[in-house]
Amino acid sequence: MDRPIRVVVAKPGLDGHDRGAKVVARALRDAGMEVIYTGLRQTPEQIVETAIQEDADVVAMSILSGAHNHLFPKVVKLLNEKGADDILIVGGGVIPEDDIPGLIEAGIAAIFTPGTPTSVTIDFIKNNLKRN
Amino acid sequence: MDIKAGLLNGDKRACARLISLIENEDAQAVELLKELYSMTGNARVIGITGPPGAGKSTVTDKLAKLLRKRNKKVGIIAVDPTSPFTGGAILGDRVRMSDLNTDPGVFIRSMGTRGALGGLSKAANAAVKVLDIFGMDYIFIETVGVGQSEVDIVKLADTVVMVMVPGLGDDIQAIKAGIMEIGDVFAVNKSDRDGAERTATEIEVMLDFNRGAAYRPPVVNIIAKDNNNIDKLMEAIDDHYEYMQNSGNYKIRKRNSLKTEIIDIFKYNVVKSIEQKSENTNIIDQLVELALDKSIDPYTAALRLLKELRSTES
Repeated sequence: MDRPIRVVVAKPGLDGHDRGAKVVARALRDAGMEVIYTGLRQTPEQIVETAIQEDADVVAMSILSGAHNHLFPKVVKLLNEKGADDILIVGGGVIPEDDIPGLIEAGIAAIFTPGTPTSVTIDFIKNNLKRN
Repeated sequence: MDIKAGLLNGDKRACARLISLIENEDAQAVELLKELYSMTGNARVIGITGPPGAGKSTVTDKLAKLLRKRNKKVGIIAVDPTSPFTGGAILGDRVRMSDLNTDPGVFIRSMGTRGALGGLSKAANAAVKVLDIFGMDYIFIETVGVGQSEVDIVKLADTVVMVMVPGLGDDIQAIKAGIMEIGDVFAVNKSDRDGAERTATEIEVMLDFNRGAAYRPPVVNIIAKDNNNIDKLMEAIDDHYEYMQNSGNYKIRKRNSLKTEIIDIFKYNVVKSIEQKSENTNIIDQLVELALDKSIDPYTAALRLLKELRSTES
């Protein structure tokens, strides 16, 4: 059976702006995915637990606060510690160009900065899943 | 991943994966449920239903926290609607349950309805079994926001809590058939708002019509976001459970649920068999064409399908 892709859309850290995350959530929904929306101010631990309990294929995080270099890699590390290394992790938000290589190095599969068409994100997810 | 071993050893990943396999109609999941079915029946199952925005997720969150203080393990299945157009869904019930995420004694799973119309998802029943086997003491099932007729929760829960809010309609709404008939406990949430008193009274009056019934559902005024009267709500849920046990109605409800479940699985298998058969023979499409030009009627067509199925099985 053709199963829907399950994506956890999360807002780690302290910034209170989730407009972008909601736009992405809505676009993924319209692309036929099941989006588990966590709400604001999630700790990496909360995001990881959500991803595991929801058996997510993808964790998509958005940060506008500047804490991405700390929070994104932490989520990757915690997921790996739990053995959940088959989850695709992507990030978005206000991320300086210079920070992107380091984040990719840390295990974030892709970073989508402002202005990225949602179709790019959707295609990336569909083509890079780590599970069947 | 060894799902069975993981499930029996408290591994949340295994539990989560098994629920996915069920949702995706994987044959392996059915085999596992067959094998472990005898381990079910230890959890108390509480349904939380009510209209959209009534506060079902918040009520579930607060009841779960109360039970965690009593050292009970809590499973939560939260259902939100799947788009009939794209198959996508926004599952947003966890937003109100963030603090429970990292609690080792809690397991929360969001599900899309994936085409089911009764307020639940088709896999909800089996997901309850999984959480039961996983060792949860209490399992909450939060339905989609219901309108008037999504009553499937009654087949799954030991106790159905109907969460209402003030201001949704007049007293005629309270006497219509459908969801108002399935509440075992009524909670009037946001009871600090205007009209709460009246809403509670209208529900009370509606419930008093059934004078002489052995059990009369209580109405509890709560303010879930402030944790106000949540303990009273839990008490009412416990009282209902006790009544069900002592009156013998618990067994009757279980028996009815099982009957429905077996028939549902049977129907599913019959439909699946004929669809599989039709993949080779195109029998369904052929019958559709015949019915289109009125050579046969849909009733006869359905009977022919049944015959077709029998002929392959004998």
